[in-house]
Amino acid sequence: MEYILIIISAIFVNNVVLSRFLGLCPFFGVSKQVETAAGMGGAVVFVMTVATIVTYLLQKYILISFNIEYMQTITFILVIAALVQLVEIILKKVSPSLYQALGIFLPLITTNCAVLGVAIIAVQTEGYDLIKSTVFAIASAIGFALSLVIFAGLREQLELSDVPEGMKGVPIAFVTAGLLALAFMGFSGIA
Amino acid sequence: MNKLKIFTKGFFSENAVFVMLLGLCPTLGTTTSAINGLGMGLATTFVLVMSNIVVSLVKKQIPDKVRIPAFIVIIASFVTIVELTMQAYVPDLYDVLGLFIPLIVVNCLILGRAEAFASKNNIIDSVLDGFGMGLGFSMALTMLGAVREILGSGSVFNIKIYEGDGALVFVLAPGAFIVLGYLIALVNRLQKRKSI
Amino acid sequence: MAQRESTFVNMVVVLFLISAIAATALAFVYQATKDPIQKSKFEKKKQAIKNVVNDFDNNPIEEMFKIPVEGGDSVECYPAKKDGKIVGYAVKTFSKKGFSGLITVMVGFDPDGHIHKTAVLEHHETPGLGDKMQRNKSNFSKQFDNMDVPDIPDKDNDGIIIEVKKDNGTVDAITAATITSRAFCDAAERAYNAFKKIKK
Repeated sequence: MEYILIIISAIFVNNVVLSRFLGLCPFFGVSKQVETAAGMGGAVVFVMTVATIVTYLLQKYILISFNIEYMQTITFILVIAALVQLVEIILKKVSPSLYQALGIFLPLITTNCAVLGVAIIAVQTEGYDLIKSTVFAIASAIGFALSLVIFAGLREQLELSDVPEGMKGVPIAFVTAGLLALAFMGFSGIA
Repeated sequence: MNKLKIFTKGFFSENAVFVMLLGLCPTLGTTTSAINGLGMGLATTFVLVMSNIVVSLVKKQIPDKVRIPAFIVIIASFVTIVELTMQAYVPDLYDVLGLFIPLIVVNCLILGRAEAFASKNNIIDSVLDGFGMGLGFSMALTMLGAVREILGSGSVFNIKIYEGDGALVFVLAPGAFIVLGYLIALVNRLQKRKSI
Repeated sequence: MAQRESTFVNMVVVLFLISAIAATALAFVYQATKDPIQKSKFEKKKQAIKNVVNDFDNNPIEEMFKIPVEGGDSVECYPAKKDGKIVGYAVKTFSKKGFSGLITVMVGFDPDGHIHKTAVLEHHETPGLGDKMQRNKSNFSKQFDNMDVPDIPDKDNDGIIIEVKKDNGTVDAITAATITSRAFCDAAERAYNAFKKIKK
């Protein structure tokens, strides 16, 4: 039950993009087509899960035991950067087809603040053990992928609609994102 | 490019938020009021200027292939310094900005300036660029925060300007997106008029 | 001076040096800000205690003790004394029933069992709705000032005394924020149950 709550809350109620404002750069950057959005979403699910597990262990067994929690920001970002590189190398060797699909998105993920943000939230939330943090990371990433794909679908439709001259392009995308966030607000309170 | 232009381009023609769409997460996440937007903007400006200085000083010493990790370490150090200092001296603001302070490290604006400007220019130009970009960013955040505060809570910089609570939605997430969308449309319009 | 070349040794040496310098600098800043950070946290807590109980001259934070409550959790209790005599207790209580996440509230008690005052320490409720439980935003929390808990009848006999009117209690809920109001009552009730244990 507790896990279901974490999952629902992370995907819908506290959606990383639409309610926590994390990962907005890729949200606006790669959301022009549903296909690329799905690719980016897949890559994020992968990296975010691994990153949260690694940073959780790092925080618990190294930073806290040596009393150097103030090094959190710097170590976390380095771990994520290194991890992204590692995932890229391994993927290239093990599954070239998956690498083909996700490859170009991987370097972008280092500066995706959703990854660092979720890792920090997971270690800061009281009562999150390794399993709960992992579940939280997977669910948050799914929430990210979900909102990204929905938004990409909306933007594909926008291409065909008649938008006032001044609002074309980025401004209307923001307003659309606002309306999407409004829709997601309907989920609040259920978890 | 003359010095004045290096400084002022961050405000209008290359404004980080309105034109380049960089650093959107803190832009939307921390601007529930004008004062929060300003605080976030100034913290970012500090990190931006300091990392620009250091990057432009050591740029010749860093081998090209490890330049990005090196920049990240430099930026993360300054972010941690800001984090500790704010926790010590402005704890209330630190509580409000919360998660977004460590996240300054992944603000694409800072890494972007280190990579695109400071690693190619001398220290004076880099400082000017850092200040210009940072203050332009702060200006955008303060504007967005002010608009959201006026519409959402009926006040600006905590000074009440009309009775009642305002439309709550502007303080919440959807309002952030919508207000920024309209502000960008406005800036686009002004720029176009200027170029004609 | 020319750009340093990307040989393996160069890369390792440069990255190592940068990290070492960064770590040293951070260690210095950490040392320098450690005391001010602790002091500001301490002052904040002391201020919160001051807001909810009568004037005191001891250091309640040093005399803090924990009281176990139901569910395996515990609340922190800060005794406030003046001239060595107890003038009240501040109980740092919480509720998990909030709209979005944990709510922590400081509840002050007079020695005779009245609630003196309350103050919200931390919450993630909706701005403009749930955050009206804060003292400066609405009159909601003022209902708890001088509340005489034992005198409140438990109308629906469910063992819960501090409840909103919707649940047959006496507290007026915040408009459009019943869940937050319930959570606040839940926190106050938890503090009161803990306080009863001290009195015994």
